[in-house]
Amino acid sequence: MGVLSRYRADSPVIARAGVPRVNKSVALFGVMLFIAGYIVLPLTWLVVNSTKTQKSLFSSFGLWFSGEFALIDNIQAVLSYNDGVFVRWLGNTALYVVVGAGGATLLAALGGYALAKFNFPGRRGVFIVVLASLSIPGTALAVPTFLLFSQIGLTNTPWAVILPSLINPFGLYLIWIYASESVPTSLLEAARLDGAREFRIFFTIAFRLLTPGLITVLLFSIVATWNNYFLPLIMLSDPQWYPLTVGLNQWNAQSSTVGGEPIYNLVITGSLLAIVPIIAIFLYLQRYWQSGLVAGSVKQ
Amino acid sequence: MTLTNTAETQPHTAVASPTTRRSRRSWVGWAFMAPFMTVFVFVLLAPILYSVYLSVYDTKLIGGTQFVGIDNYIRVMNDPQFWEGVQRILTFFAIQVPIMIVLALGAALAIDSARLRASGFFRIIIFMPYAVPAVVATLMWGFIFGDRFGLVANINDFFNADIPSPLTSSLVLLAIANIQVWTFTGYNMLIFYSTLRTIPEELYEAADLDGANQWWIIRSIKLPALRGSMVIALVFSVIGSFQLFNEPNVLKGLAPNAISSYFTPNMYAYNLSFSGQQYNYSATVALVMGVLTMIVAYSVQHFGTRKDER
Repeated sequence: MGVLSRYRADSPVIARAGVPRVNKSVALFGVMLFIAGYIVLPLTWLVVNSTKTQKSLFSSFGLWFSGEFALIDNIQAVLSYNDGVFVRWLGNTALYVVVGAGGATLLAALGGYALAKFNFPGRRGVFIVVLASLSIPGTALAVPTFLLFSQIGLTNTPWAVILPSLINPFGLYLIWIYASESVPTSLLEAARLDGAREFRIFFTIAFRLLTPGLITVLLFSIVATWNNYFLPLIMLSDPQWYPLTVGLNQWNAQSSTVGGEPIYNLVITGSLLAIVPIIAIFLYLQRYWQSGLVAGSVKQ
Repeated sequence: MTLTNTAETQPHTAVASPTTRRSRRSWVGWAFMAPFMTVFVFVLLAPILYSVYLSVYDTKLIGGTQFVGIDNYIRVMNDPQFWEGVQRILTFFAIQVPIMIVLALGAALAIDSARLRASGFFRIIIFMPYAVPAVVATLMWGFIFGDRFGLVANINDFFNADIPSPLTSSLVLLAIANIQVWTFTGYNMLIFYSTLRTIPEELYEAADLDGANQWWIIRSIKLPALRGSMVIALVFSVIGSFQLFNEPNVLKGLAPNAISSYFTPNMYAYNLSFSGQQYNYSATVALVMGVLTMIVAYSVQHFGTRKDER
């Protein structure tokens, strides 16, 4: 990660090459604006349409406001529909994120640190098995994991969603690379000479040095658990344990089933409410994502 | 499953890292490694072994469960619904991946060049969809594409036109490709951009002394430097395409007639389990697809990496 700081994050290429000024290209800006427009289009659509009543959804142009401004009403309806089940889903998602992503980061931190700083019997074996697992597609395992979990009665409990989220092989890899570089072995030796126990050394010395790497892993895990859909869809049959993603899709499916009450305005406003927190977290901390990615690619 | 295969590009260096060579072997490391490995065995190794076990048995209403050897595997090999799904994701891969990689590459080069105004803004905006859940991304695009109150309907109403909805069976694959391009272009762009940032300044200085122009720098310095990241992006895309599930499964709610229960192999495995109760065959399909994915991902990585880097 130190590599990034060698250059100023936004220093232009030409400045590196020693040429003082370069003309900004209008054409390039135009093309990028076009791409940005494509990225923003569905999000704009979502924001605009969450201000409409269900009736005006059908009778107005999708990219402009129409009828009464119903955003507040829609939000209230989302939060209270079906005895406030949306709030329950939001709480579940938060639970899965805190325990799943938090736990995944802690396990990856301990394991990555072990791989970087200890020579233990079977280390090579652990290394090979974890590395091989990186290329096993997560979704390929979902159905077998469901079958196994249902054998031992774990399905339809929060554990069925949390336990698989706890394993983040890429996070382990990232911490291990990061610990090798940023935790000096001499510092650990010194602490040992002072008589400190290993876990104390880890939590008081190493943990602090690892913080930027840990935040990167935490953010990857947060996005992965917040956005998780396939696993909870498979594992959970009781709506009271659903995360937002599964719940929202169930609301949407309800709109298209025979006899189901169409609640498009709730699906749209609910979608907006489901992405606002994650995008906020993400924009606030995006610099760490980037430096984390650099840490991964520098080592090649 | 994000960014996984960065690790495989350099498995050798770290094993022999000097920091560990010096210390003597002791079991202390296991105190740190054990929590990860315990959960790892439980949620990764055990399900794989269990599905191998399931795949060699068959459960019938009459006769119960019996050992059938490789019968399930033979059935997969001759299953037209499975291969239709495989063919569909190959088509999907061929359409979606080139568009996404070219877009991501262009954006990364533009942002890395000095010629773009507000490059930081573009970097954040283009990366943003990565944080949007697949379910929400699919719902948004699904509504936009829809002919009920989506933009397609708006355009048709306004111009009295007859643009077909992208949610019909002939176009739905393109609709899904669009959603994945939208979601993952920024992610790949960031990998490319991060790599471009690591190119040593001296190379640019040398090129400048030689009087090289921007295109020459891109062709002779930047693109070769991006080779490793391109391989990583391709490997991710193989895994992403081969395991396609979320987008088609959510779109099925909006376009029930355009998407079959065996639209992708992953949906097929899911529906065999949850609608068909065919657990043994479902496990076999999931296993075969997992192995296929790994073979293709490894091949891409093997042939994409230069000989001296292997």
